[in-house]
Amino acid sequence: MKSENTKRPVVFSQVDVLDLDSGNKETKNLLVQDETLRVTNDQDWPEGSLVYDLKGHLAVPGLLDIHVHLREPGGEESETIATGTAAAARGGFTGVVSMANTDPVIDTPQDVRYVLERAKEAGKARVHPIAAVTMGLKGKQLTEMFDLADAGAVAFSDDGMTIMNAEVMRRALEYSSMLDKVIVTHAEDCHLKGQGVAHEGYMSTKLGLRPIPRAVEEVIVARDIRLVELTGGRVHVAHVSCASTVTMIREAQSRGLRVTGEVTPHHLVFTDQALATYDTNFKMAPPLREEEDRLALIQGLKDGVLQAVATDHAPHAELFKDTEFDAAPNGVVGCETAFAALYTALVEPGLLDLKTLVRRMSLDPAAVLGIDHPGLRDGAKANLTIIDLDGTWDVKAADFVGRSANSPWIGSTLRGLPRFTVEGGDVIFKDGHTSQAVEEALTS
Amino acid sequence: MMRKDLLGLEELEAQEILDILDTAEAFREVIDRPIKKVPTLRGKTVANLFYEPSTRTRISFELAEKRLSADSFSFSKATSSVVKGETLKDTVKNIEAMMVDFVVVRHGASGAPHFIAKNIAASVINAGDGQHEHPTQGLLDMFTMRRVKGDLAGLKVVIVGDVTHSRVARSNIWGLTKLGADVHVAGPTTLTPREIEKMGVTTTWKVEEALEGADVVNVLRIQKERQDANLLPSLREYAIHFGVTQERLKRAKSDVVIMHPGPMNRGVEIAQDVAEDERNVILEQVTNGVAARMAVLYLLNGGKPVSSEKAMEAVEV
Repeated sequence: MKSENTKRPVVFSQVDVLDLDSGNKETKNLLVQDETLRVTNDQDWPEGSLVYDLKGHLAVPGLLDIHVHLREPGGEESETIATGTAAAARGGFTGVVSMANTDPVIDTPQDVRYVLERAKEAGKARVHPIAAVTMGLKGKQLTEMFDLADAGAVAFSDDGMTIMNAEVMRRALEYSSMLDKVIVTHAEDCHLKGQGVAHEGYMSTKLGLRPIPRAVEEVIVARDIRLVELTGGRVHVAHVSCASTVTMIREAQSRGLRVTGEVTPHHLVFTDQALATYDTNFKMAPPLREEEDRLALIQGLKDGVLQAVATDHAPHAELFKDTEFDAAPNGVVGCETAFAALYTALVEPGLLDLKTLVRRMSLDPAAVLGIDHPGLRDGAKANLTIIDLDGTWDVKAADFVGRSANSPWIGSTLRGLPRFTVEGGDVIFKDGHTSQAVEEALTS
Repeated sequence: MMRKDLLGLEELEAQEILDILDTAEAFREVIDRPIKKVPTLRGKTVANLFYEPSTRTRISFELAEKRLSADSFSFSKATSSVVKGETLKDTVKNIEAMMVDFVVVRHGASGAPHFIAKNIAASVINAGDGQHEHPTQGLLDMFTMRRVKGDLAGLKVVIVGDVTHSRVARSNIWGLTKLGADVHVAGPTTLTPREIEKMGVTTTWKVEEALEGADVVNVLRIQKERQDANLLPSLREYAIHFGVTQERLKRAKSDVVIMHPGPMNRGVEIAQDVAEDERNVILEQVTNGVAARMAVLYLLNGGKPVSSEKAMEAVEV
């Protein structure tokens, strides 16, 4: 539902607009009217405008998360399209790319249309659905990719499952190349992984957790790169976890192959050291690996070998996650904490600059999947995020807007908080505290 | 002991381990008496939760509890599964509602006792979790070694077998290395976990070499499932190349102490004549297990470490 306020022109005055090439900031007034953004120096906005004076706040192109699980249909106890897109908007995301591993699986045009309709009703972050590569994610029969693309699928993925049959993967790449769509690969060899639950190393040995070696990811990434070479298709490697994967993708890109990669905030911030207390909010697929991997992932993000930060937002109701480690499902929520977590862990200590972080969370992921992003430009469609870099958040389970709170950042203090999220001219998220005074003055 | 739970030997200080071993000595004297009972835990309740089949560990705990005059009950469940039936958290909350003071837990998932300890005010004792730790087994093994060999510092202890899946091995390694023993592990590469050297042990797959000059050999049980999971071609080949035989034991010291946590697969990990060798202390381990568990319960209940029967008499009053 759109609020009444969004029908009036909205002005964010005195915000610092970040130039994504130079990294410079310039103080501007932003006017959002009739879906269009005006970036101006003047102050004569239309009568009746809702004016937020946001001196010191940062304005960036709307963030885009190209890997989320919205759980609807089938997993509504953990998340719905409405709650997941509200969580995304709260994290500054104007758009999300939803994965197909719901129940039922998104493998027909009707399924794609269902997701789009539900997202439209919710009126929060825009949803760009991914459809399955194979029917029912079974790794056998290809989905009707032309029809799925017509219905609105932006890419194809069996995420959650790996297409273990190389011949099926070959045909998927060949077929999808006619549409110039990307296959997003979940790279885990299921046989080599077995019943593994943690990265294979000292921690898994000491804690007695069944191990997942790096080779589980490496063998599939190596295979998929060869198949891109064979077919001319496009592969995007989801949630890269190993230093060696970054090396392989870098090498493939240097040979002109259309291979891209993404990395999650949790793989950029944590390592398997976090498993010491068997906290299931550190259990995910692929698993957290070691410091050398983490540093290589940061370097890959910096270089652009990994073009995208994607959260792999994976909500699980407390009922499922609050249990012994082996029994807990994989995955953690990520949308609400993503920007702040990376600003706090990477930008503040100087490991990554702000403009690169913003790029890898907005324009670059859009380019990976061929999604149009208007950018933050005068005259463009309004699609932007306003961030308070000084804002702090002591993260507690009760704070989450999404339906599940399985976050590894519970107990952390994060800085750099999205305060307003604007998509298609609508303010889809506003921080209550920041916006309150202005709105009270208007209604009094 | 200034802690609520005993979840593993990794987190114990050397002095805490020594205190437990000393106290176990006093309880060992108690169980040699005609009347094997002290009133130490009178009025306290112990819940024994066994999510995995276990005979000897469960009986050993039950005996330890009875000899300390605690009220106890045992609850066995073949499997724990989040899909069918009650979650582990619900079970724990139910147990807590029964106002128990101690929870002894055996579970197939590593870390399950840590999860329970977080969710309950009672003291939790890990009676074996997945492939992680089995601290009271580690303690009874060390207690048994110390009774035969004296000070553990400098002793060469060789753990032979399936280290990957062994919680007994991990608890032995933590406890023994903290007390200064020289610990070696030997077994097939498919059953030796990565980076275990970082726990302070030396590894090899050559059992003969590991046994060279050994003071103690602790033989781990090999389970048939390892063959089914393709970690071993056959138990037959295991017995031939990795089994502890008299021939291989010639490399150890002549007074080597032979241990096994039980139950033994005679003719697989331990040859029949080794299982019958007079240097083995396998049944002694069983008796000592009760004493070690009594010591742990007593200390977690806030008791002061004691080391002799005389001191024990003071405790009883």
